[in-house]
Amino acid sequence: MLQVISLLVENKPGALMRVTGVLSARGYNIESLTVARTLDPTLSRMTIVVDVDPALRRQVIKQMNRLVNVLQASDLTEERAVAREMVLLRVRAPLESRTAILKEAEIFSARVVDSSVEGFVLEASGDPEKLDEFIDVMRAYGEIEVTRSGIVAVSLEPRRLRLSPPVPTGRAEREEAASRLGDVSSS
Amino acid sequence: MPNLMSGARILVECLVREGVDCIFGYPGGVTLPVYDVLYDHPIRHVLMRHEENAAFAASGYARSTGRVGVCCATSGPGSTNLVTGLVDALMDSVPIVAITGQVSTKAIGSDAFQEADTFGITRSCTKHNYLVKNLKDLPAVVHEAFYIASTGRPGPVLIDIPKDVLQGQAHYTPVSAIHLPGYKVITEGHTGQIRRAAQMIWEAERPLVYAGGGIISSGAHQELRELVELIDAPAVLTLMGLGALPGDHPNFISMPGMHGSYAANMSMTHADLLIALGVRFDDRVTGRLSAFAPHAKVIHVDIDPVEIGKNRAADLPIVGDARRVLAKLLKVLRDTLGERERKAEARRAWWRQIRAWQREHPLEPVFSDTEIKPQHLMVEIDRLTNGEAIITADVGQHQMWAAQFIRFKKPRHWLCSGGLGSMGFGLPAAIGAQFAWPDKLVVAVVGDGGFQMSIPELATIASNRLPIKVVICNNGYLGMVRQWQTLFYNNRLCAVTMEGFPDIEKLGAAYGIPGRIVERPEQLSRALEEAFREPGPYLLDVRVSPEENVYPMVPAGAALNEMVLGPPRPVPVPK
Repeated sequence: MLQVISLLVENKPGALMRVTGVLSARGYNIESLTVARTLDPTLSRMTIVVDVDPALRRQVIKQMNRLVNVLQASDLTEERAVAREMVLLRVRAPLESRTAILKEAEIFSARVVDSSVEGFVLEASGDPEKLDEFIDVMRAYGEIEVTRSGIVAVSLEPRRLRLSPPVPTGRAEREEAASRLGDVSSS
Repeated sequence: MPNLMSGARILVECLVREGVDCIFGYPGGVTLPVYDVLYDHPIRHVLMRHEENAAFAASGYARSTGRVGVCCATSGPGSTNLVTGLVDALMDSVPIVAITGQVSTKAIGSDAFQEADTFGITRSCTKHNYLVKNLKDLPAVVHEAFYIASTGRPGPVLIDIPKDVLQGQAHYTPVSAIHLPGYKVITEGHTGQIRRAAQMIWEAERPLVYAGGGIISSGAHQELRELVELIDAPAVLTLMGLGALPGDHPNFISMPGMHGSYAANMSMTHADLLIALGVRFDDRVTGRLSAFAPHAKVIHVDIDPVEIGKNRAADLPIVGDARRVLAKLLKVLRDTLGERERKAEARRAWWRQIRAWQREHPLEPVFSDTEIKPQHLMVEIDRLTNGEAIITADVGQHQMWAAQFIRFKKPRHWLCSGGLGSMGFGLPAAIGAQFAWPDKLVVAVVGDGGFQMSIPELATIASNRLPIKVVICNNGYLGMVRQWQTLFYNNRLCAVTMEGFPDIEKLGAAYGIPGRIVERPEQLSRALEEAFREPGPYLLDVRVSPEENVYPMVPAGAALNEMVLGPPRPVPVPK
């Protein structure tokens, strides 16, 4: 089944590879992946849609949370969440079908971002399944070319982000700090 | 400016701050700047004869001390040779930091001489890895690496440093703190869960402590002992956990699993509560998972949340450091000690049952008057070292016999490649352990196959005059593979005879190490005594019976209680 995973990761080289490595190591195929900087430029938000064996969904999330660069990984599959996607679609539009295409575009709230004698480039966004329908409809008008952004999703439930505090460097310093906290495992 | 330093010197300064006293390495073109600093630096560099063995030696150092082991290799082949050692450390949760040189930042990605994508290759071989492209990042990265390697579930961390970063000059200001916001280490177990665990323990009629490497990593052996004594529960220890309880402790049943004892595997199968501490329900322990411990509820304590519920669902999960969790649990148990009598009658019956299993099919060494049985060899090593020596092993039959018959008294005295099962581990690991413990008796118990993977390191032993005793359990076969071919492939032996094993006396002589062949059972104990008494290194080639198989054995895919207890016995002919 398709699992939607939302991650907050450090914006560092290799972080993306570590996250996708959890999936590729098990031979899972990623359906879509989006990643972009957050308000804090040192962090990125990722949304991954992947076909995961349902029994292993929790395991995958835990493995992602274990990564040093991952601040938070959460499973949005069965949560209250909003998922959106954008599509850019080039459609050949000879004179006789231009009006019909524009009408269809309007139904799907798609915008024309480029128009030429050969045809249109349309931009649509929304629920991914709705976009599937839009693409199907446009296919009826002839040859199309589609670029999808992949899903971006946000949870509707606020969640607490727990971050680890800084730690002193050096073996002696760490052991001293640990013993002050009554750390029994530092000896 | 007095503090203007090269990247290589900054690296070494950071290693000093992390308490590093010893690096196992092999130099090369791009790590030259590091070796130029080490030229007159008090940190000891041990020149190994292969990078894989440098990683194994760092692992032996780390496993025998609990401190971070450090290895160093050059770019390209140097770093790719480290890979097996890194995965080995990852599988067995061993804290090591590997430093690799990389081609200059401008040359990265150009297929430069001795270039390999070390950062990419080792991503899945390490707990975390770094490619340092700016010298200013280096100090924090080194401290982060040591922190990540040694905390939480320990593991290997690699730092890949391009040559121009090592050569670059910068003002060095020590970093006072590192910040890893996404690195979560949960050490304190949940108090409510721990209370519930105590309740489950008192309610159990057939409890069994199932403890492993996590006890050793967290140093929880004392707490473990207190636990089994307080609740008077039987305990099994995994291959990685041997030594967590003294091998002669009355509550210690033995190792469970594929080559575990009858009593240990029957206890697993019949327990109604598994107190799983720092273990990962590995397939070599559980046998067929669907038939594993079918009657048991599971309390699972582990510092790594990923392990909980991975193979076996936990009825009561506790994420935390084993030592801290056990300390808290012991307190709750002591406060509720009155409950101990609740199931006293059932517990006594459980013990009677376990003792009956132990009597029925004890782990019995096999002896012969005509040939040295490998079990006999392990029993003699056990008798002569008395749990005081650090024993390293390779992988295969000898490893299983050692685990079955050597009784480890203390943690960190049994070093073997458990998860990855890397042949050629034993000898270099012994080198690492001997550097950490110069005054201890270190014995590398290896097979004739694994030994031949490690022969180059005899030069390391000889040149450093390391008093390591190498005991080769030589059956002329890749014994474990031969055993499987015999049992499961109709004895069609293919590619398992190790013909051409070198004459150990001549081989030793070539390195200036005394060597001796032992073939007769009556010579064995004298030969071992002499080897162990020798002030320097010693090679002992012990010719054991070639066809011996390791029993009990749970065939792959079978349940633990479907053990094969021994070779088919001859059927008596009716008179």
